[in-house]
Amino acid sequence: MLRLLNLELQKLLLNRASKVLIFISFILPFTVLILSSIKINFFGFFTLELGELGIFNFPIIWHITTFFAAQFKFFFAIVVVSMIGNEYSNKTIKQNLIDGLSKKEFILSKFYTIVFFSLVATILIAVASFCIGMYYSSYTEASIIFRETNFLIAYFVKLVGFFTLCLFFGMLVKRSAFALAFLFVLYIFEYIILGLITWQANFELAEKIQNFFPLKSMYKLIDQPFQRIMMTKFPDKMDLTYDYAVHWYEIVIVLCWTAIFLFLSYRILKNRDL
Amino acid sequence: MESILTINNLTKKFGYLTAVKDLSFTIKKGNVYGILGPNGSGKSTTLGIVLNVVNKTQGDFKWFDGTVSTHDALKKVGAIIERPNFYPYMTAAQNLKLVCKIKGVDYSKIEEKLAVVGLEDRKDHKFNTYSLGMKQRLAIASALLNDPEILILDEPTNGLDPQGIHQIRKIIQDIAAKGTTILLASHLLDEVEKVCSHVVVLRKGEKLYSGRVDEMISSHGFFELKAEKQEDLIKLLESNTTFKNIKVENGLITAFLNAPMDATDFNKLMFEKGIVLSHLVKRKESLEEQFLQLTDNN
Repeated sequence: MLRLLNLELQKLLLNRASKVLIFISFILPFTVLILSSIKINFFGFFTLELGELGIFNFPIIWHITTFFAAQFKFFFAIVVVSMIGNEYSNKTIKQNLIDGLSKKEFILSKFYTIVFFSLVATILIAVASFCIGMYYSSYTEASIIFRETNFLIAYFVKLVGFFTLCLFFGMLVKRSAFALAFLFVLYIFEYIILGLITWQANFELAEKIQNFFPLKSMYKLIDQPFQRIMMTKFPDKMDLTYDYAVHWYEIVIVLCWTAIFLFLSYRILKNRDL
Repeated sequence: MESILTINNLTKKFGYLTAVKDLSFTIKKGNVYGILGPNGSGKSTTLGIVLNVVNKTQGDFKWFDGTVSTHDALKKVGAIIERPNFYPYMTAAQNLKLVCKIKGVDYSKIEEKLAVVGLEDRKDHKFNTYSLGMKQRLAIASALLNDPEILILDEPTNGLDPQGIHQIRKIIQDIAAKGTTILLASHLLDEVEKVCSHVVVLRKGEKLYSGRVDEMISSHGFFELKAEKQEDLIKLLESNTTFKNIKVENGLITAFLNAPMDATDFNKLMFEKGIVLSHLVKRKESLEEQFLQLTDNN
């Protein structure tokens, strides 16, 4: 396993384009996080300090940071599709197999890399959130701090699931640009199905079904936190209440998709003549 | 003799097209094999199948004694296919390091093999700055990294300039001289003739011949002759049953043999008949002539 990871890391880190993208995908969420946590003075007119809004309180901070950091996953998605696309355009995939890598090992080396980077991203976000939280939060009892850390698990699963989907599209179309286009097509497709079911039945049923779709199920792992912030501001408004927690079945759905995409990627490669 | 690769009734179909049809042959240790065939005769497809990148339709093949999986067997094989495939943004040394990681070979081999192909002083240059000849040499270095039991080369001189072709052939001959088994696919007949001891001839995916190069056609060769008394010589040759065919071209007489005959015996015979030869060469048909003969007959 380490050998396969090591192999893929060499391919990625010696490539300037992917190195820059990896750097961005890690650094950008941090910069945003850190910028938002400091006091910004708008030329003396007013000061904006997001910390004052209570969004950096434990445990809500876990929800907010993972939600926003997940928006930056697109940068690493480019890395994932291009690491497949490059293997095809340089024909190095063929050479790798001839040199004695099995098709299974080839897919696994990509998957391990995905897991590795998702893990690093999760750890970084955890550490950063913890530090900012300790600085701003009004509550610092251990039980409150660690109450909603399952958002971190959700974040990790979300990243692994999404990048495995990218891996699958990369294997399917062999070209990085087309693979990214496919992601967009899938996104639209999911909403067309949603529309169709709404038209035939009703919206409630349609949304329930849509929650099983790949992209939507990944999105559902971490619900948007805005409504929750409002809830904390106006606790008496009952119509704002919604279910924002991370549920085990949501994680299971995404893990199933991950397994399916990984398996399909392998099947595609196995049956393909290079 | 230990067999390295055994192919049994291998068939590959691409849709309606049959690229390889019921092919069987065995590669024995220590020989230099050539796979000959015109473009599109299934050479690369056959190699692709045994190298795990093309899926077979029917039949089977086994590496060594058949107890190891194909991808493990490939760690003991060195192969280059069509054109050199490397990561353009890595240097030669980095590319080879990656191959070492795949094959599980020690990094110390990198320097050694780069020296074999004469690329030591360019090892820290990026692959995309290399000329085609250098890329091909790097590919050979990469194939040699694991000191392979068999080296498979698919059209190694394709697209190279004469110097490049010469360098590659020299390297191949040096490797062959060290006793490494080599399988060389090519449509360049003189290339195969220069390095190979055994040959498999393919046409449209079917095997026409497999065996030693010099036994490819049951021929006893021919004499190329010149003499002052040309008419007498021709008359004499025509009356002799050992010769089946006599050709005269630009004053050079070519006499094809029906039965084995030594150049010494022939010279003695001519001298006894009072004909003094000014030119005597005994030759066998070149591989090209044999190949054309073989592909025409079928």
